[in-house]
Amino acid sequence: MPLLDVRDLSVVFDRKGTRPVKAVDGVSFTVEPGQTVGLVGESGCGKSVTSLAIMGLLPRRGNRVTGEVRFSDVDLLKLRPRELRDWRGRDIGMIFQDPLSSLNPVIPLGVQVAEVLERHQGRTRQAALREAKELLDAVGIPDPQRRLKEFPHQLSGGMRQRALIAIALACKPRLLIADEPTTALDVTIQAQILTLLKELVDNSGTALVMITHDLGVVAGLCDTVNVLYAGKVVERAYRHDLFEDPRHPYTHGLLQSVPRLDVDRGARLHQIRGSVSDNIPWSEGCAFAPRCDRVIDDCIGETVPLEPTRRAGALRCTNPVEREVAV
Amino acid sequence: MSRPGGISTLADHKRKRIDELIARTAEAGGVSLLRDAGRRLLRNPTAIVGATIILLFLVIAIFAPLVAPHDPVQRFPELTKDLTVDSIPGSTAGHPLGSDPLGRDFASRMVFGARQTLFVGVLATLIGLLVGVLLGALAGAIGGWVDVLVMRLADVMLALPGLLLAITLVALASRSTQWTVIVAVAVVNVPIFARLLRGSMLAQRESDHVLAARALGVKRRDIVLRHMLPNSMTAVIVQATLTFAVAILDAAALSFLGLGDPDINRAEWGLMLGVDGVRYFEVRPELAYFPALAIIVVALGFTLLGESIREALDPKNRR
Repeated sequence: MPLLDVRDLSVVFDRKGTRPVKAVDGVSFTVEPGQTVGLVGESGCGKSVTSLAIMGLLPRRGNRVTGEVRFSDVDLLKLRPRELRDWRGRDIGMIFQDPLSSLNPVIPLGVQVAEVLERHQGRTRQAALREAKELLDAVGIPDPQRRLKEFPHQLSGGMRQRALIAIALACKPRLLIADEPTTALDVTIQAQILTLLKELVDNSGTALVMITHDLGVVAGLCDTVNVLYAGKVVERAYRHDLFEDPRHPYTHGLLQSVPRLDVDRGARLHQIRGSVSDNIPWSEGCAFAPRCDRVIDDCIGETVPLEPTRRAGALRCTNPVEREVAV
Repeated sequence: MSRPGGISTLADHKRKRIDELIARTAEAGGVSLLRDAGRRLLRNPTAIVGATIILLFLVIAIFAPLVAPHDPVQRFPELTKDLTVDSIPGSTAGHPLGSDPLGRDFASRMVFGARQTLFVGVLATLIGLLVGVLLGALAGAIGGWVDVLVMRLADVMLALPGLLLAITLVALASRSTQWTVIVAVAVVNVPIFARLLRGSMLAQRESDHVLAARALGVKRRDIVLRHMLPNSMTAVIVQATLTFAVAILDAAALSFLGLGDPDINRAEWGLMLGVDGVRYFEVRPELAYFPALAIIVVALGFTLLGESIREALDPKNRR
């Protein structure tokens, strides 16, 4: 049984006076215990909204969430807010993009780590602070005893993100959702944080949902990858398969767009035409069709279904990329 | 120093030095936010000046009977005999500031005025602050219809000029006492505090660290009290220090309009400035100067201290 089973999750933003926007459009994916799953796509494809919907963190007003989010066979969407609150932080942890603004500026770091232990494990402040020190040590923050009393602005960016990871993993959750955890950091720190995350999830058996637009992150971390486009999964594959043999033209385009060191400096970088806003509704065909190099007549007209492919993968395309024969 | 031994000695030396530094910073780092803010406050000259002023006036207010040369309500024959509509006696022996229009000792009335003025100003500000913060926090934290109700009420109150609202409130009271004045001035300030706090609470509600706290399953009460409120109070604290000065002036204005404290014996700077000071300004302007000066200096003290407190509480200023 999968740890997390998202079935047909849809989020529609529906404010009075505006046109409803379907940010997430029937996304399904599963996460096995201990597995690392990537959600990849460009800005606005619904990655972050998916993660917020799973956690029940979307604003109460102005949106409709449908589908199922089964976490160890409990549908989180059907839980009352009070019940869901007990799951958050204890069974599911979350890391956000901007480590500075995700920490409370007026509370010392130690108290912020201790808070979650007090909340979910009924620790006293003293015991929680002792444990907080060990947690900070475990995520590689030097001199944790002193850091406990410091405030977020006194830490470097990398250290803040380490602290957030410590907070998210404090209660040893079974699932960790990381929403672009390295975007706000510089590359050397990015690598450190990713290594740390990998180490921690491997050692603790925590499953990880990695939300990112960075294919390098996916390559280094994820077991399986879901590529999202305009609120739908367009391709799902094991990491190796995806990089070896991308089938969807969008995935293919993304991989082509990664700058490479082994091509001529003068060579023009590859790009995908247009932008995310140049799409057609999924009900009228493939949303990617207007930007696609391999578009054919069949692409437009009716919804393209997500078909299973080899090795538990899936693909939503009428004219997929064929494997390039090695020259 | 190129020998291997030399390098390792140097490394040892550096390591020792680093350990020392760590030990020293660990000592300095072990203080709470409040204690640290207090320490920084003591080092800030602005705060010292503000606190000294307030302390000075507080001492005068508390020990008024000891400081004042005379009883503030007693009318002195030696003063009343020279008293006419066109002349009020100035400084004489035993009466350093001379007489007030009723032949009472002006210096003593100034001293006792500190007591009454601080009482009215501080209490009116505190009541306004408490009620305003409560309403603003409710509106900002709960949102929805509570927010709409509280904010429309605040709009209605803000639509009326503050003084007019205070006049109305005092007029509505069947019998005016000093409490009517305090409550009326407090009520005028409630919507200002409420709106200010609600605004920063809303900004906090959308902030990443509140989202992060929610993602950790922190209870709503804790999110409001521990994460949203402490981050929203700065503006309110500064506003409170400014409100104090305005509260004294509002109370004075009510007195001037004859809606204030009905007890003519009670000495209060606003009353002294607004009634005697204005009425006899051409005869003896000191009757206006001294109370006005006193009000300005006290208000300045509160403003200086308030500004320093705001700076000290901002964790970004921690060294």
